[in-house]
Amino acid sequence: MNIGMEHFLTLSAALFTIGVVGIFVNRKNIIVILMAIELILLSVNINLIAFAVFTGTITGQIFAMLVLTVAAAEAAVGLAILVVYFRNRGDIAVEDVNLMKG
Amino acid sequence: MDLIAFYILATIVTVAALGVIVSRNPVHSVLFLILAFLTSAGLLVLIGAEFLAMLLIVVYVGAVAVLFLFVVMMLDVDFVELKQGTLGYWPLGLIAGGLMFGEIALVTFARGSVASVGRFDPSPGAETNAEAIGLVMYSDYLLLFQLAGIVLLLAMIGAIVLTLRGKTSVKRQNIGKQVARTRAEAFELKDVQPGEGI
Repeated sequence: MNIGMEHFLTLSAALFTIGVVGIFVNRKNIIVILMAIELILLSVNINLIAFAVFTGTITGQIFAMLVLTVAAAEAAVGLAILVVYFRNRGDIAVEDVNLMKG
Repeated sequence: MDLIAFYILATIVTVAALGVIVSRNPVHSVLFLILAFLTSAGLLVLIGAEFLAMLLIVVYVGAVAVLFLFVVMMLDVDFVELKQGTLGYWPLGLIAGGLMFGEIALVTFARGSVASVGRFDPSPGAETNAEAIGLVMYSDYLLLFQLAGIVLLLAMIGAIVLTLRGKTSVKRQNIGKQVARTRAEAFELKDVQPGEGI
């Protein structure tokens, strides 16, 4: 075995960064923002699993599973909110979301 | 051999992740996302975390990505218009991303190699990876496991409640309203003059 933990940490850092940049550059398109969040959660999962495997503990893998659960729940609720928003307004332009601010 | 496989898979993951954020069509974004998840699962198989690799495929590719695909195709949005004027966001995004990557790299490599903190073992204390996870998850982390179930249940109920639309065309019997009706509001008496209507 000659793959080191640093390989996985570097990959996960790159994925995390791509996800954050994706949130910045797709400010108008909330669907792609949600996908970028999924990318960030994937990088977190890779990080947790890499630490768990390369230190010989199992806890990190269990926490990765919990992150997976939360990611699935977040995607479901986020997309449901998106569908309701689209139904009410006819588009998904995120700039107009603060319409109700008092 | 492992290292070559790692580099190939890692390159695919990174390119797919870039494809998610730069492609014009969100459907392509979702497909790139699926590619990223699949190759990540391959990476996890490479270091022996087989159970989570399969879970990644089942949950992400099988559920989350399909959900995204449904929503992207269901919503009739002009995505070309959404993409316009986003070029101006790139400098700020790249600065923030570069800073973040630099910080993470600093933290990761500041104290030399991190590879020597323990010993490589994807399934400590058991024969297989799934067995090792199960032994700990159903004993030490039982409460956490059940809480994860509650989170999923809440998400399911929340999504249903959010998108539920009651039918307005169907007239239903409202028993409470019927019982609450009084004589006074049910009818009124009119004194009609002969030869005139009401």
